[in-house]
Amino acid sequence: MTRRFVSDQPYDPAHTVPLSAAQERFYAATPRQLFWYRFLRHKPAVVSAVILVAMYLACLCIEFLAPYDLETRHSDHILAPPQSIHLFHEGRLVGPFVYGFDYQLDLETLQRNYTPNPQKVQPLRFFCHGDDYRFWGMIEGTLHLVCPAEGGTVFLLGTDRLGRDIFSRLLYGMRISLTVGILGIAISLVLGVLFGGLAGYYGGWVDNIIQRAIEVLRSFPELPLWMALSASLPVDWSPVVIYFGITIILGLLDWTGLARSVRSKFLALREEDFCVAAELMGASPTRIILRHLMPSFMSHLIASATLAIPGMILGETALSFLGLGLRPPITSWGVMLAEAQNINAVVLYPWLMAPVVPVMITVLAFNFLGDGLRDAADPYSR
Amino acid sequence: MIDYLIRRILLMIPTLVAISFLCFVIIQLPPGDYLSTYIAELQSQGEAVDQAKIDFLRQQYGLDRPFLEQYVVWLFGCLQGDFGWSFEYERPVSEVVGDRLVLSIILSFSTVLFTWIVAFPIGIYSATHRYTLADHGLTFLGFLGLATPNFLLALILLYATNRVFGTSIGGLMDPVYLGQSWSWGKVVSVLEHLVVPTIVIGTAGTAAMIRRLRANLLDELHKQYVTTARAKGMAPGRLLIKYPLRMALNPFIADIGNLLPQLVSGAAVVSIVMSLPTTGPMLLDALRSQDMYLAGSFLLFLALLTVVGVLLSDLALAALDPRIRLQDTSR
Repeated sequence: MTRRFVSDQPYDPAHTVPLSAAQERFYAATPRQLFWYRFLRHKPAVVSAVILVAMYLACLCIEFLAPYDLETRHSDHILAPPQSIHLFHEGRLVGPFVYGFDYQLDLETLQRNYTPNPQKVQPLRFFCHGDDYRFWGMIEGTLHLVCPAEGGTVFLLGTDRLGRDIFSRLLYGMRISLTVGILGIAISLVLGVLFGGLAGYYGGWVDNIIQRAIEVLRSFPELPLWMALSASLPVDWSPVVIYFGITIILGLLDWTGLARSVRSKFLALREEDFCVAAELMGASPTRIILRHLMPSFMSHLIASATLAIPGMILGETALSFLGLGLRPPITSWGVMLAEAQNINAVVLYPWLMAPVVPVMITVLAFNFLGDGLRDAADPYSR
Repeated sequence: MIDYLIRRILLMIPTLVAISFLCFVIIQLPPGDYLSTYIAELQSQGEAVDQAKIDFLRQQYGLDRPFLEQYVVWLFGCLQGDFGWSFEYERPVSEVVGDRLVLSIILSFSTVLFTWIVAFPIGIYSATHRYTLADHGLTFLGFLGLATPNFLLALILLYATNRVFGTSIGGLMDPVYLGQSWSWGKVVSVLEHLVVPTIVIGTAGTAAMIRRLRANLLDELHKQYVTTARAKGMAPGRLLIKYPLRMALNPFIADIGNLLPQLVSGAAVVSIVMSLPTTGPMLLDALRSQDMYLAGSFLLFLALLTVVGVLLSDLALAALDPRIRLQDTSR
């Protein structure tokens, strides 16, 4: 008989391996906390989330942040180039200031030439009174974060062909461009959950019809369809109504992807034990769907929805660029880009294309955020 | 395989009917019709309206008849190759559409090729050299490609090619060759002008394709058969090409279904910016002027293009991947 090692320590059935505080926290974490931990590990997603939150917060108080009003025209500064902010003038600290312009019209090419004049030092003012505005169209005010010096100008990104400050318009455009995506995705989320849920839960002919409908919708190239639908919005509608019309159009055609993922999740989850148990205990379909099925794939759904937002923002930009989307005075980034439509703009007035930068940042941020959310939502990821 | 083919084609028919109905609904959506817009325009210019012509057109195309009847007439016309009348061009739609459609198809085809040629090596490289500087750089470029609105990319590239190569801006060929018969110089000129749109339209699709190929290939590379083959001393290059790559290839073909609608969308905008004589600019004009049969036919053709593209990709996939073929026939 072989000899075995037997520990002579007294046996303690209550003995456990001590956990460190961090381990304790990890093992006791709720699914929501686990989601959060995993999300925080995805650095690009966290950075994107911060950027997006900052942008949406800024949307709340554009009137205060923008140095000028949306429609203020500077007829003596038409198509002026960007003014850069300096701190030092002739080796001396002045604080943030810009150099004023000298204006000259080239009589041969009829091109406007603006040259910064180092003699015109125009220090910026902060928390100052400038253009009148109505905060959210209701409260009147004049307070701005930054204003130009008395009699001076501050065009951080230049001006357009009507002499309007592009930087201010960019900020106002942010309010429109960012909300288009959110409203659109809200609509398509509702539709996607509704139709995907119906198809996945009931199966059979309901599923068949919805699947076919999705197939038909998906075989349309998105943009021509958007073009056709927005061309059908009556011309005499007010710009605000058009704005809602466009968001509805964007949302109406985009739910198919979401519906598909909802459906496949439903099909998989419907067979799970907890679902069968709930059914046997007499729960109604509504209760099963809302109470038992939805929570288990909601995070996944939100991730897919986040990934769908950039498409809508780009879609709105393209539509407005073509002149089929939003109409002035509603200003979005696409509406602004419509001015940079010809090659002359690229060559002579490249600052007209400034709205591309925020478009790209937003789209990238939503993509990274969506990636991070999706990774965090997948409970079986490494 | 033949069963599969027949069933797929039969399934296409209801889809196409539904698509045509949707097209017709959409082009009917704007209040009024082309004729009422036309009359209003003429009257605002103080010109006389040729009532006889209006009445003739209205009757000919049944604009005064109920909606469903108009649709059925149009649908049966389409089946016989008569797509209706373009009010704007005063010619049958089929005559107006022809050339443009061919060019749209050429453009889509060359873009798919471009996407493959670019995405393939980059995807493989990124997957096999994961987390290297080059991988991060390529991933970043891919994201940029995904995020840039392609009409803008078109403008910038147009400017760049004009500066660097001296290619004329916009259009399908150098203005010199317009109206000339086909010659070698003309073909070269057309090819030259196709390069920029192909790149511009293909960028977003390429970026998406690279990401997917990279992810798929990475999944395969972590599987045990790869480790086994490596342990047995198989040359890395041969191993990669022989096994994991074959598995990761499926998305290239399967993705045509996702890619095509996206390409057609991109092509529409880019063509408008670059004034290429494809379907895009004409569709935009037709939509604006409520030239309903023209717009409807364009929508129909674009959807048809994607449906057929998806069918072809499914067939190719079934031919290449026995799993899909067998699973479908056994049902």
